[in-house]
Amino acid sequence: MFTIREYAMPETLDEAYTILKSRKGNQILGGCAWLRLGKKRINIAVDLTKCGLDYIREDDEQIEIGAMTSYRSVETCDILKKYFNGVIADSVSSIIGTQFRNTVTVGGSVYGRFGFSDFLTPLLTLDTSVVLYKRGSISLETFMTMPYEKEIIEKIVIKKDGRKSSYQMFRNSRGDFPILNLAASRTEAGQWIVTVGARGPKAIRAEKTAAFLSDKLSQNALKAEDVEAVIQEAGEILVSEVTFTSNMRASAEYRRILGKVLLGKAVREVMAC
Amino acid sequence: MLVHIFINGEKRKVHCQPDAMLLEVLRDAGCKSVKCGCDTTNCGLCTVWLDGKPVLSCSVPAARVNERHVTTLEGIQDEAEAFGKYLVGEGAEQCGFCSPGLIMNVVAMKKELDHPTDDEIRHYLEGNLCRCTGYMGQMRAIRQYVDEEVEA
Amino acid sequence: MRYVSQPVKKLDGMPIVKGKPLYTNDLAPNECLIVLALRSPYAYARIKSIDTSKAMLVKGVECVLTYKDVPHVRFTNAGQTYPECSAYDRLILDEYVRYVGDEVALVAANNEKAAQQALKMIKVEYEVLEPVLDYKKAVDNPTIVHNYDDYFMHIPSFNADNKRNIVVDGVEEHGDVEKEFAESEVIAEGEYEVQAQEQCMMESFRTYTYLDHMNRLVVVSSTQVPFHVRRSLARALQIPQSRIRVVKPRIGGGFGAKQTIVSEYYPAIVTLKTGKAAKMIYSRKETFSCSNSRHQMCIKVRVGADKEGNIHVIELDTLSNQGAYGEHGTTTIGLSGHKAIPLYNQARAHRFKYRGVYTNMMPAAAFRGYGATQGQFALESTVNKLAHMLDMDPLLLREKNMLRMGEIMPAYYNEPLNSSALDRCIQRGRDMIGWDEKYPCKEISPTKVRAVGMSISMQGSGISNVDTAGAEIKLNDDGFYTLKIGATDMGTGCDTSMTQIAAETLLADIDQFIVAGVDTDISPFDPGSYASSTTYVTGMAVYNAACDLKNKIITAGAKMMYPERFLDETDKVNPKKFYFDGNRVMEVSTGKTIALHDIAVHCAGTSDGNYLNGTGFYSSPVSPPPLMAGFVEIELDKETGKFDIVDYVGVVDCGTIINSNIVRGQTEGGICQGIGLAMYEDVQYDAKGRMMTDSFMQYKIPNRVDVKKIRVEFESSYEPTGPYGAKSIGEIVINTPGPAIAEAVYNACGVRVTSLPITPEKVKMGMMKNELEKQK
Repeated sequence: MFTIREYAMPETLDEAYTILKSRKGNQILGGCAWLRLGKKRINIAVDLTKCGLDYIREDDEQIEIGAMTSYRSVETCDILKKYFNGVIADSVSSIIGTQFRNTVTVGGSVYGRFGFSDFLTPLLTLDTSVVLYKRGSISLETFMTMPYEKEIIEKIVIKKDGRKSSYQMFRNSRGDFPILNLAASRTEAGQWIVTVGARGPKAIRAEKTAAFLSDKLSQNALKAEDVEAVIQEAGEILVSEVTFTSNMRASAEYRRILGKVLLGKAVREVMAC
Repeated sequence: MLVHIFINGEKRKVHCQPDAMLLEVLRDAGCKSVKCGCDTTNCGLCTVWLDGKPVLSCSVPAARVNERHVTTLEGIQDEAEAFGKYLVGEGAEQCGFCSPGLIMNVVAMKKELDHPTDDEIRHYLEGNLCRCTGYMGQMRAIRQYVDEEVEA
Repeated sequence: MRYVSQPVKKLDGMPIVKGKPLYTNDLAPNECLIVLALRSPYAYARIKSIDTSKAMLVKGVECVLTYKDVPHVRFTNAGQTYPECSAYDRLILDEYVRYVGDEVALVAANNEKAAQQALKMIKVEYEVLEPVLDYKKAVDNPTIVHNYDDYFMHIPSFNADNKRNIVVDGVEEHGDVEKEFAESEVIAEGEYEVQAQEQCMMESFRTYTYLDHMNRLVVVSSTQVPFHVRRSLARALQIPQSRIRVVKPRIGGGFGAKQTIVSEYYPAIVTLKTGKAAKMIYSRKETFSCSNSRHQMCIKVRVGADKEGNIHVIELDTLSNQGAYGEHGTTTIGLSGHKAIPLYNQARAHRFKYRGVYTNMMPAAAFRGYGATQGQFALESTVNKLAHMLDMDPLLLREKNMLRMGEIMPAYYNEPLNSSALDRCIQRGRDMIGWDEKYPCKEISPTKVRAVGMSISMQGSGISNVDTAGAEIKLNDDGFYTLKIGATDMGTGCDTSMTQIAAETLLADIDQFIVAGVDTDISPFDPGSYASSTTYVTGMAVYNAACDLKNKIITAGAKMMYPERFLDETDKVNPKKFYFDGNRVMEVSTGKTIALHDIAVHCAGTSDGNYLNGTGFYSSPVSPPPLMAGFVEIELDKETGKFDIVDYVGVVDCGTIINSNIVRGQTEGGICQGIGLAMYEDVQYDAKGRMMTDSFMQYKIPNRVDVKKIRVEFESSYEPTGPYGAKSIGEIVINTPGPAIAEAVYNACGVRVTSLPITPEKVKMGMMKNELEKQK
C-alpha cells in the first residue's frame, strides 16, 4: 500500500522543482494509474496539473507534447495523426480503454520507461528528445538508459523530419500488454531505424538490423521478391542482435519468431508509403 | 486535507487523506454507484466523469480534483434511465455490478462520437469488462440507444 | 402462455442500472470494523510463534486473532447439503498454513489504514515446510498436506485418505471394457489438461456482520448459499444455528465462486469477539489468489470404435488438483465422467477412473461447469480426433453415437433421458455456421486460414435426490402476492423467472408480485443457487406453491359464496365446480363470482378468514440434462499462430424457455467465459507456489474486442418433470468453446492443442514441430 504524507499543487515548474528537491521521498505524480500497485512512501507528492503541461503543439520544425497530456489526447490529436503515418497516435490507441487513456499521462509513461510500453517503441525510431526542467533536452534514447533521477519531465519534442514509420505490436487478448512490439522508420535520406519493445527488458534500437536495411533497401526499383529476401535476412540479424527473454507471457523463442514477423510487416508498411 | 469538489454539480467540502483516491471519496460522499472492481486499472467499474471526460476514479488522487467537476451515475439519472431501459430490455444488466461504469462511459461516448460503428463502440468501451453477458446484450442495447438518439 | 417463454424484464433491472445502493458494501453501516487477513507468504509452513502485541498497540485496532483464538473444530467451506461431500479439513485459522495466501491472522480496526498498519506489526516465525506443487506427484508424497487425525469425511465410499494426500479415489465400470477395446478397429486416445480457471465475478467476496438486539449474529453476505453459510458458520464458530441470520442482498456475480463460504467466517468471529459490526471486502488480488477456482484436471481418454464409426467403449481417467483444502473435490471430479461419457450413450462399455489430490496451491471449488467442462474438453477433443482417424464428418459421428431420448444412461446414474432436441441443435448450428461449405478450412490469403470446429455438451438440472427447494406465496390483504424463495438471484434473474412461473400458474400479473430477498429467518429452505438447480428444482417448488395457493383461494372464495356449505372442516371444494381466473373465483354452474381482492380482504380481516399462504416443495429423483451444440469459425494467422473468433454459434435445448432474455444472456455470457478458458485465461504459479496471475492485469478475461460475435439460438424440448417443461441453462453454456476451438485450430493448421488455454505460442510451436517432422 502506497502512502502520501503531503500533497502539493504548484503552479510553476520552478516551484514544483523546489518542492521536489526539498526533501528525500518527495515525488512527482504522473497519471497515477499504477501508483496503487506499488508500496511507495511518498513524503510530498507533487502534482503538475496546474503547471500548464497539457498540450500538443507544432511549429515548422517540431511537435511538442506536454508531460501532463493524456494518452487519450495523443490518440485523438489531428497533428499526431498527420505525421509519421500516425504511429504516435496509433501506438497508444490499444491500451486498456478510454477511461484509462484519459487518466494516464505522457510524462508518467516516459519517466517510467516501462519495458512493455506501446508509446516509447515508435518514439524511439523518431528524432525524439525529452525536455527535463533542469538538465534541458536529452535524446529519448539516452534518457532510456539513464537512472531514475529526481527531475521533472516538461515535454517531449519530436522533429518533423519527414520520416515514414510503422508500429507493429502483438497481443493475444486485446486488453493485455503486448507480447512484443516493434517500430521501424525510414528517414528521407533512406536511413532506417528499428526498435523492439516488450521483449522483456526496456525497448532498444536494433542498430545492425537498421544498418542492413539502410544498405540493402537504398537502391531504387527493388523487386518485391528482393525486398522479401532482405526482410528475411534482416529478421535473422534482428534476432541475433536483440536479446529476447522469457516471461509469463511468452518464451524468448516465440518472441524471436514474432520479432521477424513484426519486422517484415513494419518494413513492408514503410516501403509502401 | 480539505478539498472542494463539485460532485454532480454540488460543491462539497471533503476532508480526506492526501493519498485518498477519488473512488473512495465519492463512495464516502454517498455515491455508492461507483464500484471498485480490480485495483489495477483494468476493469472500468469505477468510471466517472472528470470535467466531463470519463476517467478511472480509482486512479485519480482526490486532491487533484480540487475545484473541479465530477459526475457520477447519481448525477445523470435521466441518461441512466434512457440508456438503462435498453440494457434492461435486453436482460444485459445481469448482475449489474459493472453497469454504472459502463453507463458512464456509454453516455460519454454518445456525446463524443457521431454515428459510431460497432467497431468504434467496442474500441471506446474496451476498458469496461463484464463477466456476465459476453458483451452481446450490451452491444444490442448500445446500438438501440445510439440509433434512437440519432433518429430523434 | 402469458409469461413463460417471454422476454420479461428483470424486476430489479431499473434500480440496478440507475446505480442504487443494493450490494453488500453499499449497505454496510459506516461504523463497521474493517477486517483484514494476514496471509501466508509460504506454500506450506507451521507457525512456530506469533506475536500480536505490537499490532494491538496500533491506534484504532480492536482485535487481532490467531489460531489460538478460534474453536478447534474442523469444517468444510463447501456450500453443500448436509452431510457434505467435502472433507472437514478447515479451521477458521490454523497453526499450519497450506498455500500462499492462506490466512495466518485477522486484524480488525476502525479504519483501513490502522488495519493495514497492524498487519505489518504482527510478528510471525514460520517453520517453512517443503510444499507439494506438482499435482501429478502428490500421492504418497513425503509432504502430507493434511497431517492430523481429526480429518473427517462423511462419506467413506469416496476413499479419502489424507495421509496419502488423496481427496477421492475410485473406479466405475460398465460392460466389458477390455473386450470392447480388444475388438475395436480404431482407438483414439489422448491426454488433456484444463487449467484452474478463475470465476472473476465483478463483485469480489464480501460480508458484513453485526449483533442484533437479541444478540444474534446477522451476516449480510454476497453468497449463493445463505442456508449453507448459516450451518457452516454455526459449526465453525460453535454457536447454535438459531443464533445466526444470513441475508443476501443483490450480488455482483458468482459463477460458483460464492458457492463456497469464503469471506463470512472472519468478520463473523470478529463480531462475536468484539460485539461490534465488522466487514471484510476481499481485494481483487485476494479474490484471485486466496479463494477458490476451477479444478485443474489432467484427463486421459481412450475411445474405441469400429470402422463405420460406431463408438463401443469409452475410458476416462481423471486426475484432479484439489489444492490445499477439499471443497467440492469429490463431486467435481465425478462430473468429469458422469457428464461426459453419457454423451455417447451408444457405447456398450465404459470405465471411469478418478483421483483427486491435495497440493499446496489455492483450493479449487465450484465454477460453472463443475468438472463437466474438463471432462467434455477431453472427451470431445478425442471424439473430434476419432472423426479424423475415420475420415468422417464429426457431425455424422455424433449423430451416430450420441444419447437419444427415451434411453437409459448407464454412465449417468442410470437415469432416463426424457427430453432431447440435440439432433435439432446440431442441425441448426450446422446451418447457422455454414458447416458444409466451411468444413474443415479455407485459405483466405497466403498467411491466413479460416476453419471451423464443433462440440456437443450436456449438464444436469440440479442434483438428483439431494437438492431440495421450498417456496411460499402469500396472498396479502390487498390482493397482491409475496413470493418467498431461498434460491439466490446473483444477477441470474431467478427472482424474475420464479415470479413468471408463479404468475403463470396463478394467472396473475407480474406486477402483483413482490419477491422477498433471501433471509434465512424468513425464506423457505433452499440449498441455494448452484448445480443448475434454480429453474428446475426451485421452479417446481414455486409451481407447487402457486398451485397450493390457487386451491386455497378457490376454497376461500367458495366458502365466502356459500358459508353454510363449508362449515365442516372436512368439506372439500370440488375444483371442477369452482374456477379461479386470476382475478376472481367463479362457480361454473351459476357464473357467480367473487373478486380476489374481496377474498384477500376477507381472509385477512375477518374472524372467519384464513391465512392464505401457498407452500411448495420439490426434490427430484432425476437431473434432466440440457443439451447443446457449439460451433466456431476462426481465422488463424500462420505466421504467428494467433487466431481470432470470426463467429461462435451456440444452439441449446434447455427444455421450455422460462425467460428468453435470461437464457440468451446466460448462454452468451457462458460461451464468452468458455472462450476465455479456451484462449486467454492462463493460471501461472512461480516455483515457490505463489500465484503470478492474481490480477486482471496478468489474468486476461475476454474483453469486447476479443469477442465480437456470439450467436445463440434455442431448440426446445419438453421436459416432463420440469416446471412448464423447463430444464437448466446456467452451466452447460460454458462447455463447448474449449473442444470446439481446439478442433478449429486443428482444422486450420494441423496442431491439436491438448492443454488450455490454446495460446498463439502453443499453436505456432506445434506448427513448427509438424514442419520438422515432415522434413524428417
